[in-house]
Amino acid sequence: MFDNLSGRLQGIFSGLKSKGRLSEADIDAALREVRMALLEADVNYKVVKGFIANCRERCLEAKVMQSLNPSQNVIKVVLDELTALMGSTNTKLILSSRIPNVIMLVGLQGSGKTTAAAKLAYRLKRDGHSPLLVACDVYRPAAADQLQTLGDEIGVKVYRGDGKDPIAIAKTGVRFAIDNLRDVVIIDTAGRLHVDDEMMDEAARIKEATDPDYIFMVLDAMTGQDVVNVAQTFASKVDFDGVIMSKMDGDARGGGALSIRQITGKPIMFISAGEKPQDLEPFYPDRMAKRILGMGDVVGIIERAVEMADQEQAAQQAERMLKDEFTYVDFLDTLKQVKKMGGLSKLLKDLPGGDKALASGQVDEGELDRIEAIINSMTKQERMKPGLINGSRRERIAKGAGVEVYDVNQVIKRFNETRKMMKKMQGMVPQGKPGKGKKGKKGKGGNMRQMMGMMRSMGLDGMDLSKFR
Amino acid sequence: MAWFDKLSRGLSNTRNSFTESMNVLFRRGPKLDENFYDDLEETLILGDMGFQAAEDIVASVRDTARRKALPDAQAVMDLLEDSIAQQFKQAERDPFTDLPSLVLFVGINGAGKTTTVGKLAKIAKDRGDAVLIGSADTFRAAAIEQLDIWGERAGVEIVKRERGADPASVCYDVIQRGEETGAQLILIDTSGRLHTSKDLMRELQKVVNVTRKRSGIPVSVVLVMDATTGQNGLQQAREFNKSLDLDGVIITKLDGTAKGGIAVAVSRELELPIYRIGVGESIDDLQAFDAHEFARALITG
Ligand SMILES: Nc1nc2c(ncn2[C@@H]2O[C@H](COP(=O)(O)OP(=O)(O)OP(=O)(O)O)[C@@H](O)[C@H]2O)c(=O)[nH]1
Ligand SMILES: [Mg+2]
Repeated sequence: MFDNLSGRLQGIFSGLKSKGRLSEADIDAALREVRMALLEADVNYKVVKGFIANCRERCLEAKVMQSLNPSQNVIKVVLDELTALMGSTNTKLILSSRIPNVIMLVGLQGSGKTTAAAKLAYRLKRDGHSPLLVACDVYRPAAADQLQTLGDEIGVKVYRGDGKDPIAIAKTGVRFAIDNLRDVVIIDTAGRLHVDDEMMDEAARIKEATDPDYIFMVLDAMTGQDVVNVAQTFASKVDFDGVIMSKMDGDARGGGALSIRQITGKPIMFISAGEKPQDLEPFYPDRMAKRILGMGDVVGIIERAVEMADQEQAAQQAERMLKDEFTYVDFLDTLKQVKKMGGLSKLLKDLPGGDKALASGQVDEGELDRIEAIINSMTKQERMKPGLINGSRRERIAKGAGVEVYDVNQVIKRFNETRKMMKKMQGMVPQGKPGKGKKGKKGKGGNMRQMMGMMRSMGLDGMDLSKFR
Repeated sequence: MAWFDKLSRGLSNTRNSFTESMNVLFRRGPKLDENFYDDLEETLILGDMGFQAAEDIVASVRDTARRKALPDAQAVMDLLEDSIAQQFKQAERDPFTDLPSLVLFVGINGAGKTTTVGKLAKIAKDRGDAVLIGSADTFRAAAIEQLDIWGERAGVEIVKRERGADPASVCYDVIQRGEETGAQLILIDTSGRLHTSKDLMRELQKVVNVTRKRSGIPVSVVLVMDATTGQNGLQQAREFNKSLDLDGVIITKLDGTAKGGIAVAVSRELELPIYRIGVGESIDDLQAFDAHEFARALITG
């Protein structure tokens, strides 16, 4: 089930590409595949139906049918429709001037509310707020302990109240925030089934008692068709404002995001993609649509790289690269950055074709460590002047790293390929945002290039790099 | 009898939604035409059975119905029920009653592992078995405390270590303690993880290997899966099975409106039995799995 949506669409469209002009039957054939893929991505059956009907209508417009490049246009139609369905712009969390702001989290059992609460707190704290976490799950054993532990880890106060009455805890929690100069209150509530009237009523009463600025529903990215029933009931009983999609670091396509948008009209606000506090990212509809269509979240990767990379160092690297002096030192730096960004798999997942590489088991995270060990076993001189590395040096390096000469040769080969690759890729990568200064700009481009080259050299040749334009 | 009510309530929720869908079908009349079978497929897909499984099952039901010249929709529905039930692999051994037995619980974050361990411990304890539980979730915040409370509720001893300890060595401790006390049923909780995390899957593999090697009693590895899971559930099951060689599955949260149709696909493809179903958050909310009842719940209510 892994790469179905993107893989299949890529398949269909490469089929279309070779055909030139499209007939109505071609479009229907393509859309049948799209339909199947969407279903396998857990987009709700009824949502799929409407989606396909819309796409069909638009595809049949003369413009698409008679253009010189109809397959491109079909892709565009599907992508546009998908993006439109996801919400056309990224929604920002805007806090009001009211102190404290109240954010309440709701959702099914096991959807990831508690972790999301901590991540949200971490994010707000990072942005200069002083959040307070309030533990209103009094049912699940040790739920408050869990929140407490997470709060302690990120240095955010957790309010537990009497640990008995969720409504009272929520209310006094807000009071506590006021008294202790906390500007945002994040209320973690117990997981509940949408058909549990008593519990849904409790959620409504917590809402009433605290008048939240935002209510977020936390939704597991793996949720299937039932998402429609769940979201509908939560929307009508507590009327949430937005959605946090959790467990996005898995390989679920997250078709539920589409369904929930369509059914409730509520925006997806954040995606949660990992177990660490910093693994909460804003949601970009266009990226999600692209991810679903297998076109890769290139922008996301660039941003992550920018966040992580030391600008100065990156600028130097870029400088050197432009002069084609890419060395093992740079290679090692890039490697470390890839690791920092969550390893190859995380990076790859966002790239076109990356899913396929992942699925086919071409990615071995241990490989990074091996390469690192080999480079570490080189002398400083060798690292700066790769040309120095002859046969006897290779033997020494292999010994030092505890590997075979063959492995060293492989790394050298990859290094050389990367170097070549980078030369080719110059100019292919989008420049950074304007207004960040020259150095930063170069740095970004340089980093991206390096990383892509790296991945290329790791044997991921199936990737379609032309999409990076 | 409160628990019994709850069980049937849980099941009937599952049934109701399906019945609703099916009623729509029936109002269309008993004519066994294209639409009838399309709608059948739709209902199964909406129940998370997956496009492929739904298509296969409906196609074969349709064939048989034509061959046997089944008279009406009701007869076809009966056939469908049988076909669905037949997709499930029968358990050869019940690791919770065929003792001695050691069971490791694995699965995605929040699937219901810890709760299920608590429920099963209670049932075995009430039956008079010597039960021991172990907390190999040394990763998630307050996971040990959570299982501790379940241990208390069930009146069962728990073996644990501090957070961050090596989960494999916890299993070692549990087995040792089990041998000392003569435990007949040992239940070990592990931390939730995504099947896509190579490192965490490797870690779990080590836990399972150590346990299989060290244990003097039969070891089973059970995947706990949330009934709301969509098609990714199949991928989950595949990966967990590939890494750990699973023995069976427990489906939780069937007290909601999710139909748990993915269980059909999982059992069918990986030939894994469903041992139990979870139908609520209380200690008694666990039920035996009955393929026919499950299938009937899906279709007729
Ligand atoms: N409604 C319902 N809720 C359940 C069921 N089983 C478990 N839950 C709830 O699901 C949530 C998660 O259950 P846990 O047992 O903590 O899940 P877990 O797999 O141990 O979770 P992690 O250890 O965090 O990965 C809790 O709120 C449970 O009460 C069930 O059958 N029905
Ligand atoms: Mg647990």
